[in-house]
Amino acid sequence: MSTPLLSVKNLQKYFPTSKNVGFRKEKLQVKAVDGISFDLMKGETLGLVGESGCGKTTAGRTILKLIEPTAGEILFEGKDITELRPGLMTPLRAQMQIIFQDPFSALNPRQTVGKIISAPFEIQKVTPEGGVKKEVAALMGRVGLNPEHYNRYPHEFSGGQRQRIGIARAIALKPKLIVADEPVSALDVSIQAQVINLIDDLQKEDGISIIFIAHDLSVVQHISDRVAVMYLGKIMEIAKTQDLFTTPHHPYTVALLSAVPQPDPRAERTRERIILTGDIPSPINPPAGCVFNTRCWKAADICRSKTPELLTVGKSSVACHFPE
Amino acid sequence: MKNLLEIKDLKVTFPTDDGFVQAVDGVSISVAPGETVAIVGESGSGKTVTSLSVLGLHNRKLTQISGSIIVKDKDESLDIASAPLDKIRGYRGRVVSMIFQDPMSSLHPYYKIGSQLAEAYLVHHPGQKEAANNKALEMLSLVGISEPKVRAKEYPHQFSGGMRQRVMIAMALMNDPAVLIADEPTTALDVTVQAQILQLLKDLQQKLNMGILLITHDLGIVAQVADRVSVMYAGRIIEQGGVDDIFYNPHAPYTLGLLKSVPRIGSTGSERLKAIQGQPPSLINLPTGCAFAPRCEYISLAPADSCQTLKPDLLGLADSHRSRCHVPEEKRDKSFAAEIKGARV
Amino acid sequence: MPRFILRRAYFAILTILLVSIVVYGVFSILPFDPAALTCGQKCTPTIVEANRIKLGFDKPLWDQYWLFLSGIFIGRTYGSGSAEFTCPAPSFGYSFNKNTCVTDMLKDALPITINLAIGAFVIWMIVGVGLGLIAAKFRGRYPDALSSVFVLLGTSLPTFVTGLFFLIYVTIKWKIVPLSLKGYVSIFDEPVRYFQYFILPWLTLAILFAAFYTRFTRATVLETLGEDYIRTARAKGLSEKTVLLKHTMRAALAPITTSAGLDIAGLIGGAIITESIFNLAGLGRMTLQSVYEFDLSVVVATTILAAAVVISMNLIVDIAYGYLDPRVRIK
Repeated sequence: MSTPLLSVKNLQKYFPTSKNVGFRKEKLQVKAVDGISFDLMKGETLGLVGESGCGKTTAGRTILKLIEPTAGEILFEGKDITELRPGLMTPLRAQMQIIFQDPFSALNPRQTVGKIISAPFEIQKVTPEGGVKKEVAALMGRVGLNPEHYNRYPHEFSGGQRQRIGIARAIALKPKLIVADEPVSALDVSIQAQVINLIDDLQKEDGISIIFIAHDLSVVQHISDRVAVMYLGKIMEIAKTQDLFTTPHHPYTVALLSAVPQPDPRAERTRERIILTGDIPSPINPPAGCVFNTRCWKAADICRSKTPELLTVGKSSVACHFPE
Repeated sequence: MKNLLEIKDLKVTFPTDDGFVQAVDGVSISVAPGETVAIVGESGSGKTVTSLSVLGLHNRKLTQISGSIIVKDKDESLDIASAPLDKIRGYRGRVVSMIFQDPMSSLHPYYKIGSQLAEAYLVHHPGQKEAANNKALEMLSLVGISEPKVRAKEYPHQFSGGMRQRVMIAMALMNDPAVLIADEPTTALDVTVQAQILQLLKDLQQKLNMGILLITHDLGIVAQVADRVSVMYAGRIIEQGGVDDIFYNPHAPYTLGLLKSVPRIGSTGSERLKAIQGQPPSLINLPTGCAFAPRCEYISLAPADSCQTLKPDLLGLADSHRSRCHVPEEKRDKSFAAEIKGARV
Repeated sequence: MPRFILRRAYFAILTILLVSIVVYGVFSILPFDPAALTCGQKCTPTIVEANRIKLGFDKPLWDQYWLFLSGIFIGRTYGSGSAEFTCPAPSFGYSFNKNTCVTDMLKDALPITINLAIGAFVIWMIVGVGLGLIAAKFRGRYPDALSSVFVLLGTSLPTFVTGLFFLIYVTIKWKIVPLSLKGYVSIFDEPVRYFQYFILPWLTLAILFAAFYTRFTRATVLETLGEDYIRTARAKGLSEKTVLLKHTMRAALAPITTSAGLDIAGLIGGAIITESIFNLAGLGRMTLQSVYEFDLSVVVATTILAAAVVISMNLIVDIAYGYLDPRVRIK
């Protein structure tokens, strides 16, 4: 088997915070990412799903070293980049890019589109064949923008178009890895499909590996080769897309799939739903043992004391003491 | 009139820096007891403006409204579009209630939950403090909040997102309204919490036999809870019918386009999504003719040039399923049927 | 809530202590000999030395500070033997220029400044917040336009212009308010004289602050009116009056209170210009004179006092904010 492009081992990111207790300040940790491990092969799309507080966004940024990890390992193309100082990370960044969620705040409103998309070349001191301007125009065309709008400002574009600008910027240096952080959540439904298709096409053409972060399971299913389900900083289940959606093994995955409404009224009427009780616990004080035990209908004593490992069940990897 | 709410030919215009915007252009929707009617649309479709108008919550100084919005209150009824403000206030929260998208910012941060609930009752039943407090506790239980006595003394920021939305629902139902308007009630919530809230709304509707007008952009939610659907685009209803009609036999190309472009769980997932090309129009510079024409794939099926020049009327074989499109029925059925088969799994 | 208050009080006291050390320290490092300032022209080195010992300037800095600090609680004795005298507690030092304990000077000046501050405060809050509320409610119409004229004038006219205007025209030329030659009287003793004494200084200060609060209130109210929970209040069927007075003001009150607390704290430090124009023997004027006369003890005392007032007001404002905004209480 070839070396994975990206290998993440027991990645942790804890954010320090404090609480006032009497006259002292008690130091607490927000355990945003609490030990996740997975591999990503070249050209593969891994979907990272979960609800609020699950840590998927923090995971994405930590993998790119936009946030420094607290513990664990990140290996990019076999090289350990976990401890790499920001200065030494710079040349690697040409290989690892990000697309942000909010098309309205991800672009500098004072810069023209042309400047935004050409910034990567300037920063990495790379001059493409034919010059920067030509390359930027080509990129704009690739993402479906009119190259003649080179000198326009972000506010002159719609949300979907702005997202395309962000995508053009991300692929400018032909990266090997892109972390797409909820790239379509802020877009209208009819535009989402366009942008999803665009990302799909670009990935297939250039062989980019993508970590696709989203909370919308339908979108994730469509675009991902494999999917990892996160809850309170941990991976509950990771499997090939087809397997995860047709035979989910982790109770949380089952509940999550059960909760997603489908645009099919007859199916909706006959569906059996699992409705979870309670709210998602706080990542400052995650439950002991399996983090899902407070809402799981199968929870037993062992679930409250022992954290389950990611083990193979069927064709998937599941972290559960009583997988379905 | 058996309908609890009847919106007839509603038109809403307001001025902007760049000119007048026809946010809503002749919308007619009705809601019967025990029925959930969904308004689906994207940004700029006019769905939120429509919902705000029902309670008269639009900017009264700048906005121009025409048409009628009739709300039934037992034996009486009121036309909100033309009634004076003090009469409308008598209906707000009592006959027609509304819950909004973001429950965090929709509750007053400085007042306790219990008192905010009680206030909703007191404004329509002045002086009945004890009854109001009791009703508040009763409603908190009804929406599934445990230990209501304790929680009533707490503040909104001490509740989670899902709980806050339950509180909003409790507040909206304090006076047993006939109609509940829910404007994107679950958009800001996690999907597992969304399932809880939608289930709650369904249960409450059954118990109280109220009508629900649900505003959303999520077709999945529409399929889950709606009985009838109005699809809006650029301020007009582009298709209206029962939920099965809309999902299994759409007449308007826009509806069909939406259904094809939404990713579904269970589809093989390897094909490309069939996206609608182009973008929603700017309401200031609406195209002449059908607003959807610039993005429509089926223009060729309609009589020459009609799509670009003539605004289609809302028509249908049955009154229960109508659409705005120039494509004749025979041509449409032939082309759409195959597409629908492909979209569904 | 009590824990919240205790925490804040604890830190407030700590801060005042720190400020007193810093102020005392700064004034002690000044490049002139404090003892040499204690006598006028007839100074001889002998007298200077005697005074140095008498006032304790010969002692190490820490001892001096300690004597100063403890003086506030137990009083302080200066000199020795027959020339000994005591400033009873609370002692803030001794003014050689005036030959009195600073505390006595404060006893005279403080009531004036406090009355000035409170009176002006009441007027400006009523006018400012009231006008701001009206301007917000009638936004874009006449009341709003008129209030913005008021705001412009109020913020543009410096206190010495308004003060002098009042003094020259209202008192001297038009004789509407008589010149008070008697000086300060308590409101309980001679109410009419009291109001005559303070009304113009109050108006001088109030105009400036009222203008600011009109603008501030208007902005805060307008911002609050755009919040979602106001929309919810309307959706419940509440009258516009209730929406404005109960829901909106309740929310807008928090930032207004914070600002008001700090403003009045600053005033108690002494409204120097106003006091000078109207010849009010308040704290501000006292401090100013002491600076000119190099009366170090007084300057040190009033500085620390003013700082203590500001810090205390901060504490009170924090506590008030905790009552107004429940989100702050629980952390």
